[in-house]
Amino acid sequence: MLFPLKKTAATNRVVVTGAGIITALGNGWRVNADGFRAGKTAFRPVTLFDVSRQRVKIAAEIDLPADFPETKLNHFHRLGRASRMLLLAAHEAWTQSRWQAAPGIPVVLGTTSGEMALGETYLRQAIESPKKFRSQPSRVEHYQVQRQGLDVCNAFGFSGPITTISNACASGANAIGHAFELVRSGRAERALAGGYDALCQLTFAGFDSLQALSTQPCRPFDANRDGLSLGEGAAVVTLESLDSAQRRGAEILGEIAAYGAATDTHHLTQPHPQGDAALASMSAACAMANLTPGQINYINAHGTATSQNDATEAAAINRWAGAEAGKIFVSSTKAGIGHLLGAAGAVESVICLMALREQFLPPQTSLATKDPACGFQVVSHPTNRRVDTVLSNSFGFGGANATLIFRRWL
Amino acid sequence: MNVTGSGFSVQGLKVAVQGVGAVSPAGWGVESLYEAWKKGVPLPAGQVARPGWEKPMAVRNLPPPPTRPAFLAHPRLRRATAIGQHTVAAALEAMGTDLEQIQAGAIRPGIIVCVLSGAVNYSRRFYEETLRDPATASPLLFPETVFNSSASHLAAFLGVTAINYTLVGDDGTFLQGLALAADWLAEGRVDACVVVGAEENDWILSDALRLFQRDAIHAAGAGAIYLKKDSGTAELAAITDPVLLTQSETREAAVQKVRDQLPSAPASEWFLSDRVKLIFGEAFTASAAWQCVLACESIRRKEMSAANVSVSGTNQQAIGARFSV
Repeated sequence: MLFPLKKTAATNRVVVTGAGIITALGNGWRVNADGFRAGKTAFRPVTLFDVSRQRVKIAAEIDLPADFPETKLNHFHRLGRASRMLLLAAHEAWTQSRWQAAPGIPVVLGTTSGEMALGETYLRQAIESPKKFRSQPSRVEHYQVQRQGLDVCNAFGFSGPITTISNACASGANAIGHAFELVRSGRAERALAGGYDALCQLTFAGFDSLQALSTQPCRPFDANRDGLSLGEGAAVVTLESLDSAQRRGAEILGEIAAYGAATDTHHLTQPHPQGDAALASMSAACAMANLTPGQINYINAHGTATSQNDATEAAAINRWAGAEAGKIFVSSTKAGIGHLLGAAGAVESVICLMALREQFLPPQTSLATKDPACGFQVVSHPTNRRVDTVLSNSFGFGGANATLIFRRWL
Repeated sequence: MNVTGSGFSVQGLKVAVQGVGAVSPAGWGVESLYEAWKKGVPLPAGQVARPGWEKPMAVRNLPPPPTRPAFLAHPRLRRATAIGQHTVAAALEAMGTDLEQIQAGAIRPGIIVCVLSGAVNYSRRFYEETLRDPATASPLLFPETVFNSSASHLAAFLGVTAINYTLVGDDGTFLQGLALAADWLAEGRVDACVVVGAEENDWILSDALRLFQRDAIHAAGAGAIYLKKDSGTAELAAITDPVLLTQSETREAAVQKVRDQLPSAPASEWFLSDRVKLIFGEAFTASAAWQCVLACESIRRKEMSAANVSVSGTNQQAIGARFSV
């Protein structure tokens, strides 16, 4: 039963035993870790839809692999781009964790658009050829967000439950945070969580209509930044209690130490200028982890490279860290792969795990002139460094703010 | 009651239904929803035009509110979508007399809004503008298309900065939302929590629905349940484990597995998806919310001491709930 709640005596420590990732840098941990360590960028002209009448013409598109790993899913050929990315990431995480299918493994996913490109095709056909129904039922079925969660369950032969959180660009972080809470509280011994979003015309045109996109690769925290760049991707992690992982002899990639969330009511698309909700979110996470800002080695910032987001996040980090701010290293990996929207928080969580496992700080090599509002250090060159504790911020339209803290596992 | 403030010891946690709210094709408010339910007669349907077709499709819209809702004067709600308006109207009715304390910051509620389709009207309009010419697509429409715009507007109206989730899924997602609210209450993350299931109408939704259920009539509206830890008009007694409609599970078997998790009850104390959808129309998460609202309202009116809700969703899951005195 989901309610009454399962009685639990103590809180569990929560560890990550599998991680899967696909971005425009490539498919899988290795190619992405190498790319983020070097500060590679992956922007190119958009080919997925017509951008000839858009102001902006670049994004970080993924080349999906031609071969797909074998799973129990019986309708792979019907899946859209977002589902395929999600399943690739889930397969890597599932395989690495060495989990076996079992009843009652919660799936918690974050997305903003689901399989929106199928919805776009449906609408175009409904307008242009209203009496032709060919492929329309399949588009409706696979467009729906819950379908992607079901595909994950079907692919690996387990039975959920499925929760999909759509808190705009904080969705992926909220999903991992929620899964973390399920395991921490003892409601579940393990949970699969992640985020995914594929590029689609509606979203691209939407951000372009808001004049939020840069015509060149984005430059987070740069004094001359002029907007964000969009990307696409997915990341999935397998979370379990430390007891469960140790009992199985599983390899532990890192520990999730805390999750904080808060709501910014200032405006639907604009953050509070002083970053009140971001501050609340970071403070709540630090309180849960029993850490001070000075104990955080690296922050993977939301850092979209819009004028307002970065100013707000800088203000929030400055306020939160106080006198410790100058010692904290910060970067936004959106400089390399763009803003992945609902996938961002999940992909950036896996990047944090990479930093902890492989002891590096991901640089944003496109940084030219640091915004003087940043009281912290912005990582602009490849840097090998001891990293024990990292924090990841995700903020979204509608005022969704989420913070995750990860710890190195030795 | 035995709830500890720290950690997750939740033995004996009681979660009370403090209030319910609804907007539906029957009208604005729980009273009209309940009256229509008691009559048991399908509500009259309106019509919606579909491009390229001479014959319109049947649809159940909301009737106009008796008076203009005061919340529409809020800057965030003037241009809000229909689903945003439905969400706020149902939530405010459910919060009832607590509203003043919430806006004063004396009560810190969580917000969970559950949707299947979300702000599909603005999304469809924005994409049509994009197809005509992306260079002139309206920046006013796009921000409202995000799934969590309704939850955001509700938080802004209330001035609430506590945790706020938008859950996307089929009908049963509303019941998952109730269980999540109980979680947040148990953890002490919030003092109260409002859970809303909300949908809106658009011709594209009716068009898509007909591909799967030829006789179904799409409907708009919202239902809301406001939960707290202390006593209320009804108690949340159980939310079953959901049974997913996976490749290996038939709908009939899934529904039976859900019903087997709930105590037996006479037919009059079961609130089923089919009957609610027959009367009000197919409104996905809002339909499931109406089922729960009707169950709680029947208990409040002392027509029964307990009620079971069985939700058979469109394609994700079957799930059930039980409410009692």
